[in-house]
Amino acid sequence: MQALVIAAHGSHLNPDASDPTYAHADTIRETGAFDEVREAFWKEEPHFREVIRTLESDEVFVVPLFISEGYFTEQVIPRELRLDDWDPDKWESDGTSASQATLEATDVGKTIHYCGPVGTHDAMTDVIVQRAETAMEDPNVGDGVGLSVVGHGTERNENSAKAIEYHSDRIAERNRFDEVKALFMDEEPEVDDVTDYFESDDIVVVPLFIADGYHTQEDIPEDMGLTEDYRLGWDVPAAVDGHRIWYTGAVGTEDLMADVVLERAADAGADIGDAREAVRRLAASAAEAGTDSSPEPNAGAGAGD
Amino acid sequence: MTDVSVATDDIEALLERASDGVAFDGLHVTETDGEYALETPGNEWTGLDDAALRRALDSVAAYVTNWRYWQETVGGEGTARRAFLRWCERAPLADADPDAAPTGPRTGGADDADDRPGALGVTDRYDALRDGIDREWGQLSITARFVDIDAPDGERVYDLWHVEDAGRDLADLEIHDDPRDARELATYDEDGRYRPLKTAPTLPGGWAFTGLSGAELVETVEFFYPATVANWHRELRGNLDVDHWLETAERQTGIYDVIDELPREAVEWMTEACCVDSQCLRRREWQYEAGDDLAVDGGDGPFPCREPCSLVVAAARKWATLESEDEHTYELELTTSELNQLEELIDAVAEGRTDEIREADVYDGANRYRARYLRAKRFDDEGDLEATRVDD
Repeated sequence: MQALVIAAHGSHLNPDASDPTYAHADTIRETGAFDEVREAFWKEEPHFREVIRTLESDEVFVVPLFISEGYFTEQVIPRELRLDDWDPDKWESDGTSASQATLEATDVGKTIHYCGPVGTHDAMTDVIVQRAETAMEDPNVGDGVGLSVVGHGTERNENSAKAIEYHSDRIAERNRFDEVKALFMDEEPEVDDVTDYFESDDIVVVPLFIADGYHTQEDIPEDMGLTEDYRLGWDVPAAVDGHRIWYTGAVGTEDLMADVVLERAADAGADIGDAREAVRRLAASAAEAGTDSSPEPNAGAGAGD
Repeated sequence: MTDVSVATDDIEALLERASDGVAFDGLHVTETDGEYALETPGNEWTGLDDAALRRALDSVAAYVTNWRYWQETVGGEGTARRAFLRWCERAPLADADPDAAPTGPRTGGADDADDRPGALGVTDRYDALRDGIDREWGQLSITARFVDIDAPDGERVYDLWHVEDAGRDLADLEIHDDPRDARELATYDEDGRYRPLKTAPTLPGGWAFTGLSGAELVETVEFFYPATVANWHRELRGNLDVDHWLETAERQTGIYDVIDELPREAVEWMTEACCVDSQCLRRREWQYEAGDDLAVDGGDGPFPCREPCSLVVAAARKWATLESEDEHTYELELTTSELNQLEELIDAVAEGRTDEIREADVYDGANRYRARYLRAKRFDDEGDLEATRVDD
């Protein structure tokens, strides 16, 4: 038997923070690729600490629903899962290239394949592009359009920015959008000055965050000048300094994220059969149906607590 | 018991296993040199040939179908899922450590009194499963019953609703059959407020899951009360792994690195504030550290709490900061009644009682008008209590 655990932050304050985790877990459950699928959280239940014992499978694939290789993925999750032999070096990563490490959870004696975060997987690039497509309701979006991938960024951990830049570079190499730029909340270049970095009239801004919350629904819209007050909402597109800004919700809510989770597990050796095709079909049909990519602004804490 | 229906299929399945010997829930089948022996608590046959064994098995249908349900349908020998489903119908628990733990949540409401002596044999269980066997798991009421009550074939299904809805007509409840629906039901309390702690005693009612399979029941219960089945099973087998306060606090990093500085007495106050029965259905098994118990009682909650949860860790960070402040002596003027009112205000908030205080009940010190009056009288223009620090 094999099990999948999707490890996410969750929130003590915001009931919506876990929605993307549940949605992606359910999508994967529908494929039947794993005997067991569990959501696990730092701030909700089941906690990382107690999730492995709820499984009957001997082989467990843990995929962190986090953006970058950093504090949570390198320290908190392995520690709380009791992966005693863990060391970040086991990922042999340059900051964005972690695939997996095979370890044992010492409370249950099970084999744990501890995967790199979804945010740095190559498949994430496609999710960002799909986000832009749904935002502009144009499956061929690119011509005449600038794309900004926005991340948290932090001076404390260079890997935070690396993940954002990694996907920006990959999208730029495809020569699909006229301009591509990585911008940050907490370091240069800052998202506040988004219009300074683009010549295109239309700029689609995709926040590389797992869940919508304080950062994506309050900070960034106000910082970019989409609205005076997040509580009043904003237009998509919104006119700022002579540009039209198409601001999407957190990329982590995109249906195609389930595919990234599956790929992470498959890269680590999970037998997933044709589950990826099923998920991609599902995500494509959802995208064609024109899913609303501009969720209502909501208050509450995000992943900061 | 004669109307229990045993399918040819059941007997064939059992015969396939007979040569290896079957010993389960009072049913014993052994084979020696082509001859079978069959034994149940009420009967014994020896020297049976194949045909005679079939006839004999047909006459103990309850034992055969019971064997089939547990060994073939449920399976999972040694798993928490199997033990939990056995507990649901009061079946003997093979892996229980008799010295270690209660054979179920310690307090299960009215049905707890007969809990420990009360494992049922197959005959009694089969009688009871026609009406349904009820158990309580926190605020959940679980009923195990036969799918077909008139001609039971051994197949069980499970119903689940809030303990407070146990007497209500099913037609008044919202019916669910997908375990995942439990996630949404467990997310908000009856006032629509977010429940970050799944074992808070604030689960709202009004819903029912009916006709769940055993696997679906466990999945549903785990969405309501994550990891409670696994930890109950560990406690049952006597191997619950408890992480005490200091171990947990010292493990923390980042913004929670400070919580191991929380003074010992503050840990006492914290557990009294957070980890008591009125706030959480879990029974605190963790102490200050191994061999150094906290004075506060761990409570009588049904589920073992094996380490401080994330809410306690997050709150401990706040208290660690607050407790690092120095104490001072302040002087402020209050009437005796005003001093009493401060106590009433703190009590009302601590007991979550503020919503219950009637608008015009000015006799309650935590009444809104009373509080506004006190503020108008005793706060200065900056909105602070007029108190003077008298030490340096």
